Amino acid sequence: MVAPFVITQQPRISLSPAVLPMYALRTTLRMLAALVASLVFTFTYATAAGKSRRAEMVLIPLLDVFQSVPVLGYLSFTVLFFVSLFPGSILGPELAAIFAIFTAQAWNMAFSFYQALRTIPSDLDETSRSFRLSAWQRFWRIEVPFGMPGLIWNTMMSMSGGWFFVVASEAISVGTIQIALPGIGSYVALAIKQRDLAAVGWAIVAMTLTILVFDQLLFRPLVAWADKFRFEQTAAQIVPRSWLLDLFHQTRSLRRLGEPIGIVLNSVVRSRVSFLRRTHQRFSMRRQRTGDIAWFAALAVTLVYIGRELVKFAAPVLSWNDFVIAAGNGGLTLARVMILIVVASLIWVPIGVAVGLRPRLAEKVQPVAQFLAAFPANLLFPIAVYVIVRFSLGPKIWLTPLMILGTQWYILFNVIAGASAFPSDLREAAASFRVRGWRWWREVMLPGVFPYYVTGAITASGGSWNASIVSEAVSWGPTHLNGSGLGAYIAQMTDAGDYPRIALGVAVMSVLVIAMNRLLWRPLYAFAERRTRLD
Amino acid sequence: MLADEKNAAYEKNATHEKNVVLEMRKVCKAFERPSGGPLLALADINLCLREGEILGLLGRSGSGKSTLLRIAGGLMEPTSGDVLYRGKQLTRPEEGIAVVFQTFALLPWLTVIENVELGLDALGLPREEARRRAMSAIDLIGLDGFQSAYPRELSGGMRQRVGFARAIVVQPTLLLMDEPFSALDVLTAETLRTDFLDLWIEHQLPTKSVLLVTHNIEEAVSMCDRILVLSSNPGRIAAEIPLPLAHPRNRLDPEFHDLVDEFYSILTSRAAESIKAQSQIHGGLVQALPPVGLHLMSAVMDAVAGPPNDGQADLADLARLPDLAAKDLFAVAEALHILEFAELKDGAVKLTAAGRVFAQCEAEERKRLFKEHLLRFVPFAAHIRHVLDEREGQSAPRVRFESELEDHLSESDAEKTLLTVIAWGRYGEIFAYNDQTRMFSIDHV
Repeated sequence: MVAPFVITQQPRISLSPAVLPMYALRTTLRMLAALVASLVFTFTYATAAGKSRRAEMVLIPLLDVFQSVPVLGYLSFTVLFFVSLFPGSILGPELAAIFAIFTAQAWNMAFSFYQALRTIPSDLDETSRSFRLSAWQRFWRIEVPFGMPGLIWNTMMSMSGGWFFVVASEAISVGTIQIALPGIGSYVALAIKQRDLAAVGWAIVAMTLTILVFDQLLFRPLVAWADKFRFEQTAAQIVPRSWLLDLFHQTRSLRRLGEPIGIVLNSVVRSRVSFLRRTHQRFSMRRQRTGDIAWFAALAVTLVYIGRELVKFAAPVLSWNDFVIAAGNGGLTLARVMILIVVASLIWVPIGVAVGLRPRLAEKVQPVAQFLAAFPANLLFPIAVYVIVRFSLGPKIWLTPLMILGTQWYILFNVIAGASAFPSDLREAAASFRVRGWRWWREVMLPGVFPYYVTGAITASGGSWNASIVSEAVSWGPTHLNGSGLGAYIAQMTDAGDYPRIALGVAVMSVLVIAMNRLLWRPLYAFAERRTRLD
Repeated sequence: MLADEKNAAYEKNATHEKNVVLEMRKVCKAFERPSGGPLLALADINLCLREGEILGLLGRSGSGKSTLLRIAGGLMEPTSGDVLYRGKQLTRPEEGIAVVFQTFALLPWLTVIENVELGLDALGLPREEARRRAMSAIDLIGLDGFQSAYPRELSGGMRQRVGFARAIVVQPTLLLMDEPFSALDVLTAETLRTDFLDLWIEHQLPTKSVLLVTHNIEEAVSMCDRILVLSSNPGRIAAEIPLPLAHPRNRLDPEFHDLVDEFYSILTSRAAESIKAQSQIHGGLVQALPPVGLHLMSAVMDAVAGPPNDGQADLADLARLPDLAAKDLFAVAEALHILEFAELKDGAVKLTAAGRVFAQCEAEERKRLFKEHLLRFVPFAAHIRHVLDEREGQSAPRVRFESELEDHLSESDAEKTLLTVIAWGRYGEIFAYNDQTRMFSIDHV
């Protein structure tokens, strides 16, 4: 199918701790490149969906599907594409890795911006129209600022997920293609191959520092700056602060440095730039309906065509037996995800509530929980695997917790946030009526943190599906552990370069994720919203 | 081509009155209902706004006055009829028309001066020129010193000043004001009104005419040169009344007082007529109910029954009571009229015999009396009860009644009416409603 991948200078990975700063920098640059790509995608894709009814009909369901495809599932296919785009150059794999991180970030950012576009208050809409702002001015002065808080929050969530995939996508091995891009991920991969536990330790230290620096230099200032985009007209109780932003505001020389950039940006944002003159047309209902019918017909034809191509691609290789195997593995992974969510909830909800109700403690624990959520858990896998191998534990059971190692923290920090936001008058009322014990949990606290918990559990469950691809089949030097399950199935097929079966595994996983979202999480979320609203 | 000819014809027509800023001819506006079929919000509106005048649009909520203002601003298109701005067809927001919003509609991420400059962005002015004009608008409206503050740091009154400055900075010929003072407390509103009138009278504003939408009678009488009274369902111009009083107007002036009373009686007779008309159409089943709670109704009945009113009181006087100020008294009076606890006539509320009894008796008795009147005079409440009685399991989904209401009312009116029926029905204990399951049922306790 493809010629073996040969690049003239395959970069050599070294295990010396001295190269780690350089590797960390390269890893970070990949993250940033993906972030820029995600932003561009968000502003175009979500805007198209938000502005055109017909585009919306296609783009939003498509986004839903994109979101449920496991991130590493994309990688197997896009590597081929990017490598063939730049044959013999390291640029191909670099772009593939960046694209993988992009797929971990872009979808929820686009969703959040689309939601913002749909919920612009009507008085702001009328203001922009009555002052005759051009589409360009409206976009930068009203739509982007209005969507900013949600966008920043989702970017942060995306970035925490992104570290996981940046590590996983640097050492790419698809069939005959074996590439290691210089970075922390490749460093760890090599350490695993050479069974060097000390090197794994160094990588963990380097990653920790990188995430902390990223947080202090990028996200803290961003969050503090974005506070002004909150739409509520009331003053916030807690104003987010950043020492970097304060430094910038208070230092004249720094401010002067930023000024010309500000002026240029300001005039770009405020210039009229109208690409197309808005023509004023009133369509008759019948013409609109005819257009819709033509549009649906075009969509149907495209769908049938794609379906036929897929069958053509898969039919010669896949038999019914393959479906049965993939579905069976899917069932196993589904059971694991469910059990893990239940176990993690039983552990972290009580702890989260206990922490969240003590503001002093919450202040200290919350950043740690957020850091743990961002930390790529796959860096810790070698240690766990080392333990499993050492004590010869059964992989089917003992590999399972790895899936939720990195994502359980979402439950913790969302529950902490929920408990901190719990109205103190309700707590006092419960205390004064001496509501205690199980009744206190069932009638006071659990309903109070429920919406937050659901948000955290959704993220944790999505992350666990993604993690299954790297956690159900692991190795330590020459030892390979296979816990079976859909993730292991996909990983195995990827190693073998068996594209139809990779596609099958990815498709089964997407269907399971979509089904779980539709049948479990969305109804729960709607219920939480309805139940806990007071107005 | 056709449109041009039409335009030319209108321009010819309009030349006899050169100082006309805005004209509407036979304007109708219909909205599409979810169930299909149009719902008429405005019918046959003819109006003419001339240079140098403040024209008031007075009407109850739901009379379509905000819709009318949006049509005047080019933000909405009429379903039929013509809107002419300076003799030309108006099809979209034009330079020279500016809007002041009830909710202020400021961008929280821009400072005061940036918000004011927003109005100038569309004009493509050079930076310095824009800044200069924004500063002078800010000075004029009394915001100097606050230019670098963010809206959330300002009080409501100051925020609306920003709203005014942003509208004035574009030097509009026509200023449209959509209940600009109704989100402010009484004192702040009064100050801002007076400040605006001072600027207007001293010709410090570039504006030639103002269209003011309001439901506050005293506000309309204190500001406007002419008032159009809108009736509801659909909105029509029910009366046009010129106000020849000289500015500044004194609220204690007997002439002012008489005018306010006159408007109350026009609006009350309108309200009584429209209630009567509504109970005659749609087989009397569906009528829009004002969103009024039991406590407010009881409070008004108590006030009317007690001294010095003795069973009858002018709405204008009730509006001055501290407890009832700023509440929509018309809605309460209308609710009492519908339930036949009071009669609405000539700007006054007069309690019926049942209303007097209600005011005198205790909680249990009040409930019984209310239940009786609810079943007798609100056909829709009786209808719900009847359906529940007929049904097996004595319950019915909310959707069922919702769709019945939506056949005759706009979506928002239907929603409000249903919520009112639920509140009244719960108080009168004629049915129960569970919002979790969205089911009506009969509660046997």
